[in-house]
Amino acid sequence: MFTVHELFEKNPKMMRETYCETLIDLALSNENIMALDADLVSSSGMKPFFQRFPDRAINCGVAEANMIGIAAGLSAMGKIPFAHSFGCFASRRVCDQIMISAAYAQQNVRIVGTDPGVTAAYNGGTHMPFEDMGVLRSIPDIFLIEPCDNVILEDLLRQLAKLKGVYYIRMARKNAVSIYKEGSNFHIGRGNTLVDGNDVTIFASGIMVYEALKASSILQTDKISARVVDMFTWKPIDTELIDNCARITGAFVTAENHNVVGGLGSAIAEAASAVRPVPIEMVGVKDRFGQVGTEDWLKTEYELTASDIVAAAKRAIERKQ
Amino acid sequence: MSNDNNTQDLRVVAAGIRLVTLQTFANIGFGHVGGAMSIIETLAALYGSELKSDPKNPNWRERDRLVMSKGHAGPALYSTLCLRGYFPKEVLLELNQGGGSLPSHCDMHKTPGIDMTTGSLGQGMSTAIGLALGCRLDNIDNYTYLILGDGECNEGQVWEGAMFASFHKLGKLIAFVDWNKQQLDGFTKDILDMGDIAEKFKAFGWHAQTIPGNDPGIIKAAIIDAKRYTDAPSVIVLDTIKGYGCEFAEGVAANHHMNFTQEQIDKAIDDAAQQLEYVRELASKNNKGVS
Repeated sequence: MFTVHELFEKNPKMMRETYCETLIDLALSNENIMALDADLVSSSGMKPFFQRFPDRAINCGVAEANMIGIAAGLSAMGKIPFAHSFGCFASRRVCDQIMISAAYAQQNVRIVGTDPGVTAAYNGGTHMPFEDMGVLRSIPDIFLIEPCDNVILEDLLRQLAKLKGVYYIRMARKNAVSIYKEGSNFHIGRGNTLVDGNDVTIFASGIMVYEALKASSILQTDKISARVVDMFTWKPIDTELIDNCARITGAFVTAENHNVVGGLGSAIAEAASAVRPVPIEMVGVKDRFGQVGTEDWLKTEYELTASDIVAAAKRAIERKQ
Repeated sequence: MSNDNNTQDLRVVAAGIRLVTLQTFANIGFGHVGGAMSIIETLAALYGSELKSDPKNPNWRERDRLVMSKGHAGPALYSTLCLRGYFPKEVLLELNQGGGSLPSHCDMHKTPGIDMTTGSLGQGMSTAIGLALGCRLDNIDNYTYLILGDGECNEGQVWEGAMFASFHKLGKLIAFVDWNKQQLDGFTKDILDMGDIAEKFKAFGWHAQTIPGNDPGIIKAAIIDAKRYTDAPSVIVLDTIKGYGCEFAEGVAANHHMNFTQEQIDKAIDDAAQQLEYVRELASKNNKGVS
């Protein structure tokens, strides 16, 4: 069960602080928890973990492929490795290692890719993953999750310490808007309906959850009742919820800080087309590369704002027969 | 097949593995013959002597691990595991059969005795490092063995791992490079020559030896030597012949993956059977002489 804040504010605690603190807490009671990084310990905020558990923390240097392979080998010895790099280098650069050494070999590896999409900001196009979930989504058995705030991040990390399989966690490093109240807990594979509505469903993930909530309020003033779902699990996609939302609202907007090709919109469209086809408008990056800029500037540039979601919602509703 | 053999006995072990591997290939009419043949003496030295394993308990935690990173040599390893007692000989008929337990490339979840899934070249280096690190963390007194191809060493991941393993002083990691001088498209000297492989590993901080790679006694001695170095990983570069001991494959340019005729494989099996008889007699005389 989860509860949603009434007012949305940025959490003063960075996501990476929650990541590090939670892993330290887990590692205290589970000696198999390990952390790997590829020369980005300073960025991932994991220095306290590395200081506290020097034997269970490995800085692999700038060698991501080797890091993922080592994580798979450690898993074969019963370890539970969390391997971090920036999203680009934790996904597209090591796609084959994740596919073969981790997933095909049925290992238990957790890969954390930070700075999703426009949150990479000043690092620009080379470091701006609009494709990370997309390149990994065609790997069988992999779990893809994107927690939007500290509360869901912590809950998911605690679950991941116990679960089997390969998980990719798409995580903003810095301050996220708090969506969930402390004490909430979540089911991997099930979307969270944050706002009820009957005219259109907005499926969002990551930083787009807050944009979707803002869009829902704006639509309310136009007497449009928009349902908002935090679709934090991209794979496996929650087909049952998609079916229900299609039945209730008959139109969808998908909102992702990612390329619409192969991303959340694609996953929802694939599922909806199989169970209950409805008009779908996708808010996301329209098959473009990243570039430098502030997060706000980039959100406008790539049409990732609440007003883009509002416009998409109206288009989707218009397309209803 | 026991694992306490002397040098002459290891030649018998190797001859037995070669015969069974050829018989296995004969069932399907094609396969990665060249690279399977060249690594057989190493498998004989490992499973016939140096590698700590228990066929009755393949998941024994204290065992030595083997990562066959050149996963296409699976058929040679399957024959070895079969002769070592991991599974009955009928299972060898499952090579490359849909739904069977012996895929062309090694799969730890399909075949008893396989310690790591391999086949995408270069990745075994890193998974072997992970195994060796995990064993060290858990204070398991064992070795992790890794078999790389020479063509495989084109992969950058091999050298990422080579850097890592020496920096982290993985003294219980022992790698072999099957320097058979051929890769899929031809001779390594014509495709992407690795130069002096041992010198390259030395430059990365490894203890390195280059030895004749189709003599199990020499390989066994090299492994024993490698175990003396505890503060650095070791590599044994095996100067081998691709297709060794199989007339239709040995010395042939395109012997990485090949089709063969019934006549060719029958002749190869006959040769291997005769070789097995020959080394068996030698070993028998030798053992009598010793006693």
